[in-house]
Amino acid sequence: MDLNTLWFILIAVLYIGFFILEGFDFGVGMLLPFLSRGRDYTAVDHKRRIIINTIGPFWDGNEVWLLTAGGATFAAFPDWYATLFSGFYLPLFLLLLALILRGVAFEFRSKHDNPTWRKVWDWCIAIGSFLPALLLGVAFANLAKGVPIDENMNYVGGFFNLINLYALLGGVAAVLTFALHGAIFLSLKTTGDLMKNARRIATRLWILDSIVLLAFLAATYVYTDILTKLGITPGPIPIVGAAALLVAGYFIRKERDGWAFLMTVATIATAIITLFMILFPRVMISSIDPAYSLTIYNASSSPYTLKVMTIVALTITPIVLLYQGWTYWVFRRRVEGKPETLTY
Amino acid sequence: MDPVILARLQFAITTIYHFFFVPLTLGLSVLVAIMETIYVRTGKEMYKEMTKFWGKLFLINFAMGVVTGIVQEFQFGMNWSEYSRFVGDIFGAPLAIEALLAFFLESTFLGIWIFGWDRLSKGMHATAIWLVAIGSNISALWILIANSFMQQPVGYAIQNGRAEMQDFLALIFNPNVWVQFPHTVLAGSTTAAFFVMGISAYHLLRKKNPDFFQRSFQVAAIIGMISIVFVILGGHGQAQHMVKIQPMKMASAEALWETEDPASLSLITIGDLSQRRDVFSIRIPRLLSLLSYNKLSGAVQGINNIQAEYQAQYGPGNYIPPVAVVYWSFRIMVGAGFLMLGLAFYALFLVRGQVYQQRPLVLKIFLWAIALPYLANTFGWILTEIGRYPWVVFGLMKIEAGVSSTVSAGMVLFSLLGFTLIYGALMVVDVFLLVKYAQAGVSSPSLDNQDSSSDESLSFIGAQD
Repeated sequence: MDLNTLWFILIAVLYIGFFILEGFDFGVGMLLPFLSRGRDYTAVDHKRRIIINTIGPFWDGNEVWLLTAGGATFAAFPDWYATLFSGFYLPLFLLLLALILRGVAFEFRSKHDNPTWRKVWDWCIAIGSFLPALLLGVAFANLAKGVPIDENMNYVGGFFNLINLYALLGGVAAVLTFALHGAIFLSLKTTGDLMKNARRIATRLWILDSIVLLAFLAATYVYTDILTKLGITPGPIPIVGAAALLVAGYFIRKERDGWAFLMTVATIATAIITLFMILFPRVMISSIDPAYSLTIYNASSSPYTLKVMTIVALTITPIVLLYQGWTYWVFRRRVEGKPETLTY
Repeated sequence: MDPVILARLQFAITTIYHFFFVPLTLGLSVLVAIMETIYVRTGKEMYKEMTKFWGKLFLINFAMGVVTGIVQEFQFGMNWSEYSRFVGDIFGAPLAIEALLAFFLESTFLGIWIFGWDRLSKGMHATAIWLVAIGSNISALWILIANSFMQQPVGYAIQNGRAEMQDFLALIFNPNVWVQFPHTVLAGSTTAAFFVMGISAYHLLRKKNPDFFQRSFQVAAIIGMISIVFVILGGHGQAQHMVKIQPMKMASAEALWETEDPASLSLITIGDLSQRRDVFSIRIPRLLSLLSYNKLSGAVQGINNIQAEYQAQYGPGNYIPPVAVVYWSFRIMVGAGFLMLGLAFYALFLVRGQVYQQRPLVLKIFLWAIALPYLANTFGWILTEIGRYPWVVFGLMKIEAGVSSTVSAGMVLFSLLGFTLIYGALMVVDVFLLVKYAQAGVSSPSLDNQDSSSDESLSFIGAQD
């Protein structure tokens, strides 16, 4: 395997890590207003704090996966980074605004005791979680479908070219999948009513998400070249993903939250792997002319840079995985209700 | 409107704004780590309280630094895609390493530190904040390795229409990194020291928790003194390096129109920019030669001479940066630096004599002096970046060649307005929270209640379970 292929895989791994991890905290963020309804402000606020505290120690570390994916794309495939980030300018701008508001909202919302203050930040968390999920779903569906790229590797499609049926379906699929993933995470990390509510929402989301993901998979056969790339029977990976999603429904009903969570992890991972399999060896598909597509060869860094980055990445990544995994071990317990024990 | 101007304006606004928060993060993480280490070593509760009080201000500031940092990682590709294509083979590597080596470390261990007060042993908990401090400062190193390539390109060859990396170690050991990195990191600890001294002075003026804030002031005074001395010495080294690699930046910073030997230092100059000459100037003979070369003679090149030389070397064009901006940025930075040096000496005098209460005016000055490091940090970067004009990568690529060709002026204007509005609003919120928690001190109700900083407050799950 050449280094270009290795880096294609490494970037896929970074996105898989990002969507699995940030996926659940996006989901928890989106569900925040829906799992804490009521008339009594104190009770609502208390519930919200518990919900936010389930992801408190993790969300920031999870977000670094996206930054690293961006940085790795820049380092290994500078033309991919340049074309993608300048081409998807407005969606990325909205993504940044959402992530900015969401990030400070976690830190700021409980630092001032005023209902309006907290409500505003809570909406920043909810919308700041929903919007990135939607935008990233739209962006990745467009990547699979192909976008207008000219002979100079420049995206020439404008903003509204990115808004199409397939991309929107991808966006909705991402939102629902992360919401489901987050609901299951919440059932794992809370107790009492909150846990029951999270399970109930997970059951409903599971039905909706299964329908949308199935539709999205079908649409993928229409809008992308999955047929020529993977064949009519797409091979084990998408099938494992679909099976995992089905089994997740079973585990949600049986209240086996841990297993259900593993299943949505598998669904997300296989979805991203499928996407990257459709792309390979291209990184951005030109809808104007296949010859204009960016590939892991024409968009890549020099062999020397790839070699340096390979050594660096293979040395540091295992250490990162180790200590980030350890965080999840340290904070493995459920978040209980005592207000004095809540940080955020 | 010109998309290049808009893209530059957006980069300037988002980067300057980001760097309001970064230096305090760099320095205060170390200061809080020192406080917690003293607590672990001595077991004195006061140092735990100190860790928590200053730690809370650190967290409010850190959040702003993190979220505005995401923009930095993305906007090279968004607004400067031609630049990204041209230098990506070199520039992408330090950015990726920064994320992998530093961002993961600081964000993961910060989560552990915030939520882990009762989950970890005291020693492990203090280790977590040290890892945050190390992570932040490593991130400064890698982003400065990237920036240094723009100041002084090394270890590359122009191949396949772009700059390609030839020597990774040359990139790391770029001489520019090793004058810029210490200066930046020490500017961070100077910022933190003046931040802590200023807020402590505020409380000492009101005689609230005098013991607590005298101790805080003392720790900060020592760190501040060491830091500012080395910031100035490091800045001197950086200026000498600048004379060698970017003489135009130095000439502009000194408003030195014609080459002089020995060269005089401008104390104050009012210039006629269109005529490229001085209208009024007070200059100290020989001092610029002395500062540039550590001796009383030696030619320092003037703006007009370098312009002629660059035209011969790089072709026709304007190679002169906006002299007034560079000149005054330099003076504001150096002026603020020397004011801080004076104040740091005075701080040690206050600590030594324990005479805080007898000097209310001085305490007030320390409160206002919080602005000094921010001025110096901001104008230092304006000098560094504007002084490189017209280059985005010195000698290799001009600014207008780096901009994204497919992003329209309208799109940039839209995002520029969006960022500016949100950043403006968040600045108000951030200052509100910093003032609230800084004023609250250590024993006021807002720190003892459920939201915040009673003993259990920084824990994830209570001590009782």
